[in-house]
Amino acid sequence: MTTSADTAWDPSKPILEIDHLSISFFTRLREIPAVMDFSCKVMAGEAMGLVGESGCGKSTVALAVMRDLGKNGRIVGGTIKFKGRDLTHMGEEELRHIRGSEIAMIYQEPMASLNPAMKIGAQLAEVPMIHQGMSRADAWALARQIVADVRLPDPDRIINAYPHQLSGGQQQRIVIAMALMSKPALLILDEPTTALDVTVEAGIVDLVKDLGKKYGTSMLFISHNLGLVMDVCNRICVMYSGEAVETGAVTEVFEEMRHPYTQALFRSIPLPGADKNARPLISIPGNFPLPHERPKGCNFGPRCDYFQSGRCDAGEIPMFPVPNSDRHETRCAKWQEIDWLAEPAKRAVKQKAPIGKVVLKMEDLKKYYSVSSGAFGGGLKKVVKANETLSFEAREGETLAIVGESGCGKSTFAKVLMGLETATSGSILLFDENVQSTPIQQRNTDTVSSVQMVFQNPFDTLNPSMTVGRQIIRALEIFKHGSSDEDRNRRMLELLDLVKLPRAFADRMPRQLSGGQKQRVGIARAFAGGAKVVVADEPVSALDVSVQAAVTDLLMDIQRENRTTLLFISHDLSIVRYLSDRVMVMYLGHVVEMGTTDQVFQPPYHPYTEALLSAVPIADTKVIRKRIVLEGDIPSAMNPPPGCPFQTRCRWKSQVPGGLCDREMPPVQVLEGGHNIKCHLSTEILQTMEPVIKMAAE
Amino acid sequence: MLMFVVRRLGLMILTALALTFIVFFLTNLRPNLEKLARTEGSVRMSEEAVDQWIIQNGHGGSVFVRYGEWMGLMPGWVLTDEKGTVRGRCITATNTPETAPRYCGVLQGDWGFSTFFKKPVLDSLGEKLAATGWLMLAVMLVMVPASLLIGVLSGMREGSRTDRALSTFSIASTATPEYVSGVILVALLASPVVGLSPLLASWGWIEGKTLFLGTATSAIDDITFWNFTLPVMTIALYGIGYIARMTRASMTEVMTAQYIRTARLKGVSFGAVVVKHALRNALIAPFTVIMLQFPWLLNGVVIVETLFNYKGFGWTLVQAAGNNDINLLLGCSVVAVFVVLVTQLISDVGYVFLNPRIRLS
Ligand SMILES: Nc1ncnc2c1ncn2[C@@H]1O[C@H](COP(=O)(O)OP(=O)(O)OP(=O)(O)O)[C@@H](O)[C@H]1O
Ligand code: SF4
Ligand code: SF4
Ligand SMILES: [Mg+2]
Repeated sequence: MTTSADTAWDPSKPILEIDHLSISFFTRLREIPAVMDFSCKVMAGEAMGLVGESGCGKSTVALAVMRDLGKNGRIVGGTIKFKGRDLTHMGEEELRHIRGSEIAMIYQEPMASLNPAMKIGAQLAEVPMIHQGMSRADAWALARQIVADVRLPDPDRIINAYPHQLSGGQQQRIVIAMALMSKPALLILDEPTTALDVTVEAGIVDLVKDLGKKYGTSMLFISHNLGLVMDVCNRICVMYSGEAVETGAVTEVFEEMRHPYTQALFRSIPLPGADKNARPLISIPGNFPLPHERPKGCNFGPRCDYFQSGRCDAGEIPMFPVPNSDRHETRCAKWQEIDWLAEPAKRAVKQKAPIGKVVLKMEDLKKYYSVSSGAFGGGLKKVVKANETLSFEAREGETLAIVGESGCGKSTFAKVLMGLETATSGSILLFDENVQSTPIQQRNTDTVSSVQMVFQNPFDTLNPSMTVGRQIIRALEIFKHGSSDEDRNRRMLELLDLVKLPRAFADRMPRQLSGGQKQRVGIARAFAGGAKVVVADEPVSALDVSVQAAVTDLLMDIQRENRTTLLFISHDLSIVRYLSDRVMVMYLGHVVEMGTTDQVFQPPYHPYTEALLSAVPIADTKVIRKRIVLEGDIPSAMNPPPGCPFQTRCRWKSQVPGGLCDREMPPVQVLEGGHNIKCHLSTEILQTMEPVIKMAAE
Repeated sequence: MLMFVVRRLGLMILTALALTFIVFFLTNLRPNLEKLARTEGSVRMSEEAVDQWIIQNGHGGSVFVRYGEWMGLMPGWVLTDEKGTVRGRCITATNTPETAPRYCGVLQGDWGFSTFFKKPVLDSLGEKLAATGWLMLAVMLVMVPASLLIGVLSGMREGSRTDRALSTFSIASTATPEYVSGVILVALLASPVVGLSPLLASWGWIEGKTLFLGTATSAIDDITFWNFTLPVMTIALYGIGYIARMTRASMTEVMTAQYIRTARLKGVSFGAVVVKHALRNALIAPFTVIMLQFPWLLNGVVIVETLFNYKGFGWTLVQAAGNNDINLLLGCSVVAVFVVLVTQLISDVGYVFLNPRIRLS
């Protein structure tokens, strides 16, 4: 139905041309201008990265292109042209032919994007059946082929499976496969890997890039991860508060940024070389303006170091083209005057907190779960070894990072420590008191309030029917904080400041917040009680970079003040390198490597650590990273492989003689400086390892 | 799956035993037995004679033993009275003490003799149940499609005009109890003096005096549209509202799910989104409700059968209670417990079947 338009369309013209687009949401109270005067162009075969803080309108732009803004969203100005045709004035029927066939969209949370009651094959086959009128059998055959294309093992089994039978990474590959079913000209990806593990993410990113090349698909890639954008895209558009503030080729924007916001963003992310004491991250001061409270003139004005009244707040600031560049533009009135090479003026150098006595000690801790494998409680009992012989100690004022991907047992470990679960064997000494088998109900209030936790996923722990402020006050009440309601109310507002949320959010409902904003409420709530040991389970993984800096800073400040012991559970090695003193790497319940941050981040590595390091995207054009993409998924903890837990994905396995890795659990080797590595590799081979990350010669 | 059904069945049997015991205990309380003695014997029996009668007819002894005998789990009582004749639970006109079986209870198919129908309980219950079965079937045939349709139609576009109209209807229909809606329907459609019928009759659009018949007594022999519509509608109306509300709630939730957006953005048309993607997921919750509706229908059946004088199970129950017919009452309760538990089982199994996440895990 669109073939005539296809042939008539000239590939040297942009595939997608968004021109002065404005989008508003209409609520009962007011009109919320979510996106204003947004323009961007995506050429054929180009990948455009859209970055910006949470709530800046990235998803809104994407959904506007799909014309799926929901009941209360409306395009109030501008045009969106796809292959020269204006989407903004298209009727439902015409849109339906474009959706899924010429423009496809992939979004976060793969599990939620797949219909739980339909087979994978049926969901895939539907696309060509609708758009090309393909027969059922052909469509299924195509589905099988595309499933193989997205590098899923055993496609015949997969197309006959239901979504819940696949792992998160596999589901996301299916969602990608679904988007590619009719070879769309434009693919919109809204944070496609945020919910995934880094090594899985690395695989998906590679896949997306390759498929983009193979099919010549243009992409609009939305992410808050600058490193990821650098990996995938050739062009970037930085958004701030509903506007595009800087756009250009990725390398140009990364190396010669011409907008203060972009600069601030880069200064707030933990690139190699950042250090929490000597070169701390600089978080962006102030708060993100609410859509209806934007300042006059430059939206970034109130937070900008170069703000000059009379110029920056005089009126609308247009996009200025940067001369001698590849379509590089910036929305800053002073871009020509700013000295872009100057070091940041205020970099608060901080004192390192002294490390004190041992607060927490674990010895040979084991946690096994027994689960039944039958569907209805019957069947065989199986043992899941969530934690295997963990031993370590943590000192006062120390940050110990626990690194590993989902299912490696990090969260179980945290739960055991918190007393939410009791250990199977081994001992936990907290302030010289054995709390190994004391569940939380029986711990004395001191112990309970001295160990607190920042949860991994506040989306699930927020009560959807209670205002944000009320939820924080509830937490304060539980921790018996404050003597009166005013007291608690004041503390609640302070906590909102602490996590950089506008105070007005106290009256909002969780559903009125964007993803990142919700996460911050969860953190504010967790910090409501003062604590000696804080277990932070992935506290910043879903946050915007500038907020991450603020929250890690906040964690560090609390630590310096109260000499808190911080157990920082994360899969994000950049942030771990930045803030931790010691690092423990876990895989399938085992500690595979442990040592000081320097030891772990320099060779010799454990083979898993090496792969993990190489999977982390780094937003620095000067860094050369060795790519080691791990094949396959993490084995299930229910039936771990025999021998070394990592042997199914290890690239060094062949260096160990006699197939030892397949048979025997490797011993812990203690290298110099108390650096532990659990691997069969000989010391000589370990010494030959090369660093994964290198700085290019200047 | 098999394990699950077996365990469910075990649990069901235990529940059934407990429930029937409670009913047995309540119907066999001392005052009921005295009343029974006076109706069976003579009204002017002395206290002692009543005691005597109760013991002589096997109603003495511990309630557990009597329950066991009634259930057929224990041997029936055998007594020799002052005249020297051997009497017993299992000794009837057709057999002698020698040929009589040792056990004779519910499990052996001996449900006792109904004093009201003057027939064995099992025989009378059988035909009444069949009558009610037809009524329930008709109700289900009307109620399930209608309520699912209403629920899906109003849930697929939340807040639309269709939704508001249908939701108002559902709320109104659940809020009206059967004895009210029954009376309204009769007055509106089945009265020769008020409502629609005189109007239609005067226009010559209907042959008889009324559009529908206000009593369903004749439906026992011959079910027709004319005599059966009103009782069926009365029960169904209530259920329609209830199930439609459930379906609507589940449909609106499903319609906001991510995978519905995925389907929409794949270019699936709205109709296909509803039918192919939303429906199955939306029906999981109402399915359970519909099955649980069955036992609850029994309740409406009691009211409606009495109101329309339809001699089915509900009507029997009312008569049994009114006439202190202990055996019949017990029989009714066994049937009721059985229906409740079986529908429970079907609802659990069906839920598992509809939901692949549970079925295949
Ligand atoms: N349905 C809605 N009704 C009212 N306001 C909305 C609605 N959806 C989004 N908004 C508001 O529009 C703005 C832009 O939201 P959007 O979801 O596009 O942000 P985003 O950049 O995708 O953020 P994130 O990175 O958190 O996904 C936010 O201020 C948000 O609160
Ligand atoms: S216009 Fe002014 S306030 Fe805005 S970014 Fe440029 S210097 Fe800063
Ligand atoms: S023991 Fe063998 S399989 Fe395991 S990490 Fe070392 S080399 Fe790899
Ligand atoms: Mg978004």
